[in-house]
Amino acid sequence: MKKFSEEKLKEVERLKARYPERQAPLLMILHMACDEFGYLDDEAYSYISELSGVPKSKVYSVATFYSMYNQKPYGRYHLQLCKNVSCMLAGADDIVKYICDKLNISPGETTPDNRFTLSLVECLGSCGKAPAMIINKEYYENLDIEKVDKILAGLK
Amino acid sequence: MELIVSKNFNKKDSYKLETYLAGGGYEAIKKCLDSMKPADVIEEVKKSGLRGRGGAGFPTGMKWSFVPKESSVPKYLAVNADEGEPGTFKDRLVLELDPHLLLEGIMIASYAVGIGTAYIYIRGEYKKAFDTVRNAIEECYQKGFLGENIFGKNYKLDIHVHAGAGAYICGEETGLIESLEGRRGQPRLKPPFPAISGLFMGPTVINNVETLAFVPSIINKGGEWFASIGTPKNSGTRLFGVSGSVEKPGVYELELGITARKLIYEICGGVKNGKKLKGFIPGGLSAPIMTAEELDVPLDFDSLAKAGSMAGSGGVIVIDESADIPKIAARTADFYAHESCGQCTQCREGTRWVSQLFNKIYQGRGQKKDIDLILDVCSNMMGQTICVLSDACAMPSIAFIKKFRHEFEALVK
Repeated sequence: MKKFSEEKLKEVERLKARYPERQAPLLMILHMACDEFGYLDDEAYSYISELSGVPKSKVYSVATFYSMYNQKPYGRYHLQLCKNVSCMLAGADDIVKYICDKLNISPGETTPDNRFTLSLVECLGSCGKAPAMIINKEYYENLDIEKVDKILAGLK
Repeated sequence: MELIVSKNFNKKDSYKLETYLAGGGYEAIKKCLDSMKPADVIEEVKKSGLRGRGGAGFPTGMKWSFVPKESSVPKYLAVNADEGEPGTFKDRLVLELDPHLLLEGIMIASYAVGIGTAYIYIRGEYKKAFDTVRNAIEECYQKGFLGENIFGKNYKLDIHVHAGAGAYICGEETGLIESLEGRRGQPRLKPPFPAISGLFMGPTVINNVETLAFVPSIINKGGEWFASIGTPKNSGTRLFGVSGSVEKPGVYELELGITARKLIYEICGGVKNGKKLKGFIPGGLSAPIMTAEELDVPLDFDSLAKAGSMAGSGGVIVIDESADIPKIAARTADFYAHESCGQCTQCREGTRWVSQLFNKIYQGRGQKKDIDLILDVCSNMMGQTICVLSDACAMPSIAFIKKFRHEFEALVK
């Protein structure tokens, strides 16, 4: 059964108190659910609906609008590489190609050992330190092939 | 030149309350509470000529004055920290390095408009910024700077942080409101404008992070002081975020009215590896591209609008001679196709068509008539939709073709 800890349930109550309407804390609760469960599935939607008092259909509708709520399990390390213009001008395409070759996957895929998932994403707000990527929640900036090698080697 | 919003960026532990207080922080809000009426605060900001630094450049004091003084329902401030315009990365620095400057700006804006609750909407990816701002808010509550009777005066203010979840459209004012209410970030039809009925049906002010960060200095030093910086009607400084093919990319606080030539060649050390400049995008990806011949246009709201582009978010993307404009155009249109919320047909279908056609041309599968088809599609995407995302795709797309048509023609049959 998917469930929050007592501590997380208290956090949900604190969140609810910040807004005058019942549905308002939903984005924050969905973030907590992704952190806790890794991704959102039918059981998670039911649980969030019960917890927030928002109909399950609406929970699903909101969750699927936003790109940060995982709908499926990813590898242990989720590499999100920016493909937008500033990163592209700084050589992001070469880095994407290098990572694809090295891990033998295409964007959107996970390695068979479940270690890495690669996604191409839109602007991360790191344009001055391009190319950039996020791994899980950490930013990695000013990437080059040597740096990428070091980063990947450090992620077991 | 005196730094205004970035003055604390290089201080050690700049994000801490004690650092902010040591530099004269929270004096401006005390001045407001002690000796200024809310209307005086609005008047001072109007006098400064401060214009929104998020994209539209709307006069901030005027925006505040649109909110009714008396309201039977609570009024709200929504702070737009959903920095997502490609090429823009300046609000992140304010959030991470000087959160108390933003908080003081929020306090002053709230006092001026009679607001008791403010929400800071921070894009979901900015986790460090979110944690930093949340900690700064916590410091303020502990000191009595937030909550009931702030600074010991008869004024109540709560500030909360709210994380976005990866949707560019939530940077649009009413998309942001929808998202704060826990819904899909689909923009609302206007009117009613947020100043009359916005967040939770209350009168709402929506201001960008950098805009609010200017407010404490304006209160301390006066509107006239701020208006004397920059150019008439484009007063003050702004944070330019420079990226792309440039020797020294980064965020620079400079007076409005500086030319792109000075910014790129003097401040940022010129085009990377000594290459020639092909063009630059002056205000985030939605701003139509400018050519190397347009380097002497001042980078302010009115001059760039007159030149057919826009100052937008201050994100300057530098493009050198080796870059393919058709590839940049394809990547640009891909972005809008991905971020369209899907409500309006012209945008949902138009962005996808433009993206597919640019990709077709870039990959060498295009025909000459596809170039004009893009222009035709774009002409049906402007001024027809609930928000301006559709226009934000059409405007740069048209400029890419009009200014660099030969590059597209070289790729088609």
